Amino acid sequence: MSAARLPLRRRLREYGLDSVTLLIIPAALFVLALFIYPFLYGLVLSFHPKAGGWLANYTKFFADPFLYDTIRITLVIAVPVTVLNVVLSVPVALRVRLLRNQRLLTTILVIPITLGTVMVAEGLLTYLGPRGWLNRTLLEFGLVDSPVRLVHNYWGVMLSLVITGFPFTFLLTLSYVTGIDPALEQAGAVLGARPRERFRRILLPLLAPGLAITLALAFVQAFTVFPSAILLGAPAGPTRVISIVAYQAAFEQYDYSMASAIAMLMAAVQLLIITLLLAARTLVFRGPVSTGKG
Amino acid sequence: MAVASRDFRELRLEQISRDFGQFHALRDVSLTVKRGEFVALLGPSGCGKSTALNCIAGLLQVTGGAIYLDDQRLDELGPEDRGFGMVFQNYALFPHMSVRRNVGFGLVTQRRPKPEITRRVDEALALVRLETQADKLPGQLSGGQQQRVAIARAIVVAPPLVLMDEPLSNLDAKLRLEMRAEIRRIHTMLGCSTIYVTHDQEEALSLADRILVMIDGQTRQIGTPEELYARPASADVAEFMGYRNLFSSATEAADGGIAVSIGGARLIGTPVGAVAARATVAIRPDDLRLTGDGPIAATVEIAEYHGRDFYAVARMADGTELYFRSDTRIASGDAVRLDAAPARVLVYAA
Repeated sequence: MSAARLPLRRRLREYGLDSVTLLIIPAALFVLALFIYPFLYGLVLSFHPKAGGWLANYTKFFADPFLYDTIRITLVIAVPVTVLNVVLSVPVALRVRLLRNQRLLTTILVIPITLGTVMVAEGLLTYLGPRGWLNRTLLEFGLVDSPVRLVHNYWGVMLSLVITGFPFTFLLTLSYVTGIDPALEQAGAVLGARPRERFRRILLPLLAPGLAITLALAFVQAFTVFPSAILLGAPAGPTRVISIVAYQAAFEQYDYSMASAIAMLMAAVQLLIITLLLAARTLVFRGPVSTGKG
Repeated sequence: MAVASRDFRELRLEQISRDFGQFHALRDVSLTVKRGEFVALLGPSGCGKSTALNCIAGLLQVTGGAIYLDDQRLDELGPEDRGFGMVFQNYALFPHMSVRRNVGFGLVTQRRPKPEITRRVDEALALVRLETQADKLPGQLSGGQQQRVAIARAIVVAPPLVLMDEPLSNLDAKLRLEMRAEIRRIHTMLGCSTIYVTHDQEEALSLADRILVMIDGQTRQIGTPEELYARPASADVAEFMGYRNLFSSATEAADGGIAVSIGGARLIGTPVGAVAARATVAIRPDDLRLTGDGPIAATVEIAEYHGRDFYAVARMADGTELYFRSDTRIASGDAVRLDAAPARVLVYAA
C-alpha cells in the first residue's frame, strides 16, 4: 500500500468536504421540497391545459389582451417603484452612514417591513382617502379644490409599494455603502474632487454591483405585488397586475394549469429583467471595494 | 522638471486646536514649515498627530487657531481647495481604477488636457519606478507597490505640501527601510515640503529635518533629530525617544553636574531645566556601558543577541531594572558593573 495514500476523510477535507458540510442537507432538502419540486410541477402542469394542445395556455394568454396586458401593467408599476426606491435609498444611506444614532433611524425605517403590506394598505386607505388627513389638510389650506384621488388607482399601489419596499432597499444599500472605506472619499476630496464628482467617480462605481443586486431583489418584490394592488388599487383596471390574473385563474376559474402558465410567465419576465441587470453590472466594475494589504 | 512642487515660502500653523466634545485632541499646536523642509510629527498612538494632519489636510475642521500658506488663510477652505497631496495609512487607492487612473485622478479633477495628464502620470510613475504596472488594478499589487502608487497620486498634482499619515506602518521591516529611503529621495527631488506622521522614533530621526514631538495633543518639543536624540526637553519625551532607563531619584549638588542615586549607586548627571530635590533620571541603553569598576553592580537576567552587539536586561540588588547594550558576549546570570558618562545621564524635574 502506498504511504502517500491519505485516509478518505482527509482526502475529502482537501476538497472542503467534512462533517460540517453535511449540515447543508436540511437546507438543500427544504429548497428541493418547497421550491424546485413545486416549480417543476407547475412547469409541467402548465403544459397540460384543460383543453387544446400543450401550448394552449400560453397561446390563450398571448391572444387575449385582457391577459397579456397585465405584464405591461405590472411593469408600469414595478419598474418605477423599484427605481424610485433604490434612487431614494442611495442618498439616504450615504447620509445615515455618517450619523451617530444610526440604529434609531434604522429601526424607524424597518418598522414598515414588520407591519406587513395589509396593515400599511389599511393605514393608507384612511390617511390618503377622500376624507383622510391629507386631503382634509389640502382642502383646509385651499391648496386643492376637490379631494386628490390617491387610493383605488395607480398612485395608491405605487405609494404603498414605496413605503413597504423602501426600508428593504435602504437596508441593503446601507450595508453596501458602509462597506466602502471612507478614506477613499477623503482621498478624492484631497485630490480636489467635490462631493458630486466624488460620488460619480468613486462611490457610484463601487456601489454599482450592490445596487444591481438591490434593484433585482426590489424588482422581484414589486413585480409580485398582490395585496396592495387589490386593497389600494383598481384591480379591475389600471392595477390589474399579473398576480391577480393568476389568482383568478386558480381560485375563481379553478384552472390550475392556466394559473401555472401565468406563474411561469411571471418567472420568465423576472428572470429576464434580473439577467439584464446583472449583465449591466459587469460592465461597470466587479471586484473588491477596498484594497487591503496585498 | 515637470513633476515639481508649487512655489511657496512657508506653511504656518498658528495655535491650532481640535476638540471632540469634551476631549481636546489637539491643543494650541504651532509650527512653521519652510519650503523644502521635511517635518515629522512624532508621538505615541492617540497623541493627536493624525488629528493634526487631518486638520492641515482639511479633512477635519480646526476648532481654534489658523492655518496659513504664506498669506492665504487655509483653515476655512475645504480639502478640495487646499491643493495638498496626501498619502493615507492604508493608501486609500481607488480599487476600481487602474494604477494609471488612480495616479491621474487629481489631474482629471483639475480638467487638464488628456496629453498633459498622460505625460505627467508617466513622469510620476517613473519617479516611483512603477512604469510597468501602470495598467494593473491596485488589488494586483504588493503592499510596497500600492504605497508607491499612493505617493505618485499625491505628488502628480505638484502640491506645495505632501502629508503622510504613517505610510510605512503596513509594510514589513525590509520594505520599510527601502521605502524610507525612497520617500526621502522623492522629497528631495520634488523640493516640496513634507509633513510626516509617525510613532516610530527611528523613522522620524532618519527622515526628518525637524521633529515635533506631540504627547496628549500638545507640542512637547520641536527640534532637529540630533537635538531630540541627545537632549529631550522632558522626561516623557526622553522616554519616547528611547531613554529606556528611567528612575526616580533624590538629587544633590556635585562637581560637574548633579549627583543622583540609582539603586544605591551614585552617578553624576546633567540637569535639563530646573531640578528640585527629587528628579527623574533618564539614560539610554546605549549609554550604560560595561566597565570593570563602574558604580552600578547588577546581575544580567536576559541577554538578546543582535548580531553586532547584545541588548541586556539586568537587575540590581534592590530590584532596580536596567537596560543596557554590550559589545562583548554576556549571558544571563553574569555579574556586571556599569557606568554612564555624566553628559549622558539626563536629570529632569520629577
